[in-house]
Amino acid sequence: MNTHVLEYDVVVVGGGTAGPMAAVKAKERDPSLRVLLLEKANVKRSGAISMGMDGLNNAIVPGHATPEQYTREITIANDGIVDQSAVYAYARHSFKTIEELDRWGVKFEKDSTGDYAVKKVHHMGSYVLPMPEGHSIKKVLYRQLKRSRVAITNRIVATRLLTDATGRVCGVMGFDCRTADFYIVRAKAVILSCGAAGRLGLPSSGYLMGTYENPTNAGDGYAMAYHAGAALSNLECFQINPLIKDYNGPACAYVTGPLGGFTANGKGERFIECDYWSGQMMWEFYQELQSGNGPVFLKLDHLAEETIKTIEDILHTNERPSRGRFHAGRGTDYRQQMVEMHISEIGFCSGHSASGVYVNERAETTVAGLYAAGDMAAVPHNYMLGAFTYGWFAGWNAAGEVAGREFSPLDDEQIAAERQRIYAPLERESGLAPAQVEYKLRRMVNDYLQPPKVTRKMEIGLQRFEEISADIEEMKADNPHELMRAAEVRAIRDCAEMAARASLFRTESRWGLYHHRVDYPQRNDSEWFCHTHLFKDEFGKMTSAKRAVEPYVLPLDNDESDAYQKLRIGERVSAPAAVPESA
Amino acid sequence: MSYTSHEIFQRSTAPVTVDEDKCIADKGCTVCVDVCPLDLLAIDLSKGKAFMKFDECWYCMPCEQDCPTGAVKVEIPYLLR
Repeated sequence: MNTHVLEYDVVVVGGGTAGPMAAVKAKERDPSLRVLLLEKANVKRSGAISMGMDGLNNAIVPGHATPEQYTREITIANDGIVDQSAVYAYARHSFKTIEELDRWGVKFEKDSTGDYAVKKVHHMGSYVLPMPEGHSIKKVLYRQLKRSRVAITNRIVATRLLTDATGRVCGVMGFDCRTADFYIVRAKAVILSCGAAGRLGLPSSGYLMGTYENPTNAGDGYAMAYHAGAALSNLECFQINPLIKDYNGPACAYVTGPLGGFTANGKGERFIECDYWSGQMMWEFYQELQSGNGPVFLKLDHLAEETIKTIEDILHTNERPSRGRFHAGRGTDYRQQMVEMHISEIGFCSGHSASGVYVNERAETTVAGLYAAGDMAAVPHNYMLGAFTYGWFAGWNAAGEVAGREFSPLDDEQIAAERQRIYAPLERESGLAPAQVEYKLRRMVNDYLQPPKVTRKMEIGLQRFEEISADIEEMKADNPHELMRAAEVRAIRDCAEMAARASLFRTESRWGLYHHRVDYPQRNDSEWFCHTHLFKDEFGKMTSAKRAVEPYVLPLDNDESDAYQKLRIGERVSAPAAVPESA
Repeated sequence: MSYTSHEIFQRSTAPVTVDEDKCIADKGCTVCVDVCPLDLLAIDLSKGKAFMKFDECWYCMPCEQDCPTGAVKVEIPYLLR
């Protein structure tokens, strides 16, 4: 195989949602820069929104919501563990991002007066803006990339970042998943936008690629950031989502909720007040699922034919369009039956929860020259619009920072080590199949890390993940495609270890189901009203530390601070732990 | 005599199938191969037709949607059906 050495001022790794925006904005700020968008799949159809998206979950549209109200609500929804400066920066920019996407040709629902048709799904404010024709969003982004003259390479699997003598990130290494060619890309700044760690847990179907997240998002970005020395924040706040059982599509809150659909128990009764995804909501969902009233269903059979047709039109053409085929195969018709639901496998994703690479309001990580945006960057509940907005910040700020900067010299030792690591599975005579190693690893993630979390189980999990490290050294790849899967297994293993260690560190329960520890069942604000940061210490060891929550920019009112503790219908009294007004 | 490693391959039915009468890969089309996020499709060079090479489908459907002749069909993988 050949080696290619490329040079770009700014390299964006991951061309899904945040990545294209970052690349376009870097070029917009400084058209003289050479900007590369490096993608594992193909930019035309990559990432979480490869088939489009049916709506914005966190649109802050003047007249419907304010940035202040939104920032407060997300602070509450994330149990107070929020650096408000980062959320507020998103919130203030949110409408500007919408207007830009609108100009580019993304279609949002508008009412008869031309105003955005915002719906209420969250517990307190109204932030949901439907995109019934959102299936073309990737085409719109692609057009902008071409227009901005961003360089694109597809089918390159990034595996490690290069760092210089000062610890600054100065490039990316990886390989082509079709030719196995080795790539060294020198850069003055790198933006990671590699999506969630979506292949961490195994779906309960046992089907490896039946994940909620696009399985291309295997956690590569989390692993690369970690090994480059970046801090990752609140990883124990897992992503767990309510999904259709055996099918990885979400359904209820954002699309069907405003049209009258709701989450019901086995008796067809509503049991939660608000379907917006939060740890508390998932906790109630899980309780109902395990109870005599279970399982949980999506209820639409009470709706009028016209409404059901609208729901089908949206759900069966956007985001996860094979859903209609799945229902047909099971003989499920929204008109006749409730749809059985279940909970997803665990993952890291700040787009939905809060687990990601630490970034400030400029999208900077803790490592010089390294930015992160999108699902993998820790801005809680950031969703698609947050990915676009933080992609914008990352691209804009990186472009400003690299102006006039020189390339750092390459470190031959790092390159040789990575080359050896990447190609070992291809060079081995015989060995374990990457898919089998992945299956076993992810099955153990389920066995030992899936909440409710138990200390001893997580410790056993760590031991097992250590043993999987040895198995990884025995993997054999038959071709470049399998070599890609082998590289992903290593990233997944790193994420599994991070998930276990982060969860063990926080000895309390918080964020509902996301971090429910059976042996520390209470929320403990006196010791744990803080972020946790996980990072590689000076001895190369995985370490965790507490980091104080930044003083709130927008203090909370006492009566609103526990709103997300009261999600179960009929139980409005108990809610012991209120969020302090500031850290 | 030493023990030598021996592999067994598990059988699986491809959830993505191609109507070879409609497929125009022989005319140079590679759309379905290009758009698959997991890089699962390939062109059989002896026939000049697209086929599913790897069994790792996310049933996301760009291959079916973007095929210019409607030659690709995505079914839900058997384990999830």
